Amino acid sequence: MSDIVLKTENLTKHYGGVHALQEANFELRKGEHVAIMGDNGAGKSTFVRQITGVEQRTDGKIWFDGKEVNFAGPIEAREAGIETVFQNLALADDLDVPSNLFLGREKVLFNLGPFSILDRKAMRKATEAALIRTAVKIPNLSSTIRHMSGGQRQCVAIARTATFASKLIIMDEPTAALGVQETAQVENIIRTLKENGEPLILVSHNMRQVFDLVDRIVVFRRGKIVANLRKQDTDGNDIVAYITGAKTGQAELQAA
Amino acid sequence: MSQTSHGIGGLSYDAKKRPWPAEFNVFLALVILVVAFELIGRVFLGDSFLFNTRENVSGLFNEQRLQIIILQVSIVGIIAIGVTQVIICGGIDLSSGSIVGATAMIAMSFAQVATVNGNPNPKAMFIDYGWTDLPVIVPVLVAIGCGLIAGLINGLLIAYTRIPPFIATLGMMVTARGIAKWWSKGQPISFPTDSFAAIGKGLMPVVIFISLALLFQLILSYTKYGKHCYAIGSNEDAARMSGIKIANHKVLVYAIAGILASLAAVVLCSKNLTAQAGMGVMYELDAIAMAVIGGVSLSGGRGSIIGTVIGSLIFGVIISGFTFLRLDAYYQEMVKGVIIVGAVVLDQWRQRRRAIGA
Repeated sequence: MSDIVLKTENLTKHYGGVHALQEANFELRKGEHVAIMGDNGAGKSTFVRQITGVEQRTDGKIWFDGKEVNFAGPIEAREAGIETVFQNLALADDLDVPSNLFLGREKVLFNLGPFSILDRKAMRKATEAALIRTAVKIPNLSSTIRHMSGGQRQCVAIARTATFASKLIIMDEPTAALGVQETAQVENIIRTLKENGEPLILVSHNMRQVFDLVDRIVVFRRGKIVANLRKQDTDGNDIVAYITGAKTGQAELQAA
Repeated sequence: MSQTSHGIGGLSYDAKKRPWPAEFNVFLALVILVVAFELIGRVFLGDSFLFNTRENVSGLFNEQRLQIIILQVSIVGIIAIGVTQVIICGGIDLSSGSIVGATAMIAMSFAQVATVNGNPNPKAMFIDYGWTDLPVIVPVLVAIGCGLIAGLINGLLIAYTRIPPFIATLGMMVTARGIAKWWSKGQPISFPTDSFAAIGKGLMPVVIFISLALLFQLILSYTKYGKHCYAIGSNEDAARMSGIKIANHKVLVYAIAGILASLAAVVLCSKNLTAQAGMGVMYELDAIAMAVIGGVSLSGGRGSIIGTVIGSLIFGVIISGFTFLRLDAYYQEMVKGVIIVGAVVLDQWRQRRRAIGA
């Protein structure tokens, strides 16, 4: 039990009459990279939103880092050590890289409440260290996010999650809008995280990417987890069968 | 900034190709404008706009004109400092001119003397209560209190009822103007104490304007508050996801804008030695114009106080230049409108150019 980072039991979310997520049982171990796959509306993002406290679950329990947790919001989840790269990036376009990395948790020289003086040098140094650690390539730290390519933006968002020595990183389709080279860069960062032993949940539609990067694949269909397979026990066709519903997976899950 | 010359992860970066700060463009516009007035003056009037041409006065520059330029923008400039922060934060404040009016009336009534030329001050509002010849701190604190309350109401409305800032501050604009008229039933309030009158004497408005501008430029550049202003204006959702308390921040921004408007009111009625219900009409638009001309983006996230200060000088130079060219005041108003729209068009165009990566 001690090496389990995240565990959900009967995690359920209803939006009015819509059962977006039903009784999801999920486990993530230390250093493990798990992919969540599924069709649009299968419940992947809903699942992520319950874990990260963006929404409040209808039912079920979540354990994180050995304790049962009830996050009131994404900030609490982040403080507990869950860092999320959201689909919509959540970067401020007019700020530079260090400001975005430290947005909402700035290092300060003097604490004067809202008028606390920022420690810009320390934030800059920490940013450089974080980017090097995650092998992110950014030409100029001082330029604003607005001037960066989609890949660079995504790298900054990922570097932000990796900067804060988090216990769990969740990425919601980090390469959905990226070109080939940019995708490769993001994937390299994910490999670096794997080498550093940082656990990760990757929501992705990209079969090749998933098989390249993760240890285990969880498939959602119509709000339910229909498959939970180690990479070496499955293949692309098998996963597609689960995603489309050709294979239901109930028998396998119960057997396991 | 030598540390920006190298990239992270082995990428090289040419620091020379960095886009220059937007304030530089604004300053360039100011210089061009001054040169234009200088040339027109020399060619058509045989007079200099900027330099001293009178023999009985010493000095290289026409100091009188320079003083007038900066003096006439400094009061609206104080408002513009607050408006700049509101706009950077993605909002707008239409109430500042009316806050000036209401605050001037209320503050002035606490700054009156008991006797004028040996006779009881006929206009003293609180003479029956003995509230005359109060120390200068009283009217100033009353003014700050008025601005704070108005700003807090703006901020709370915008942060918690989620109505657009345009509507919330429009409501405050009308209400505060009503308060200004109701306070003394439309009568002007006059005869302030000497110490109150000293606040707006001579070049004091300029000193106050520049000090406040410096203070808030430093706050915007070096504090959490400043960083969060830009973050909220640039991507409110991202700021919320990052844990910034958006509502609290907005209340604070509008409260600061209200206080700055009330300080402008103190300087204004002290300078004029009287307060009238019509004071500050259209100041909100002038302040917004100064900010926009100074490169503050109406879509939020970009701009600076320094830009706004330069924008206010452009404003002053245009008005003074028109007087210098002996054009009617009507034309000033017309041109002001054109300049405001022009500045916004320029900002949109700049943004589009950036978006396509030019």
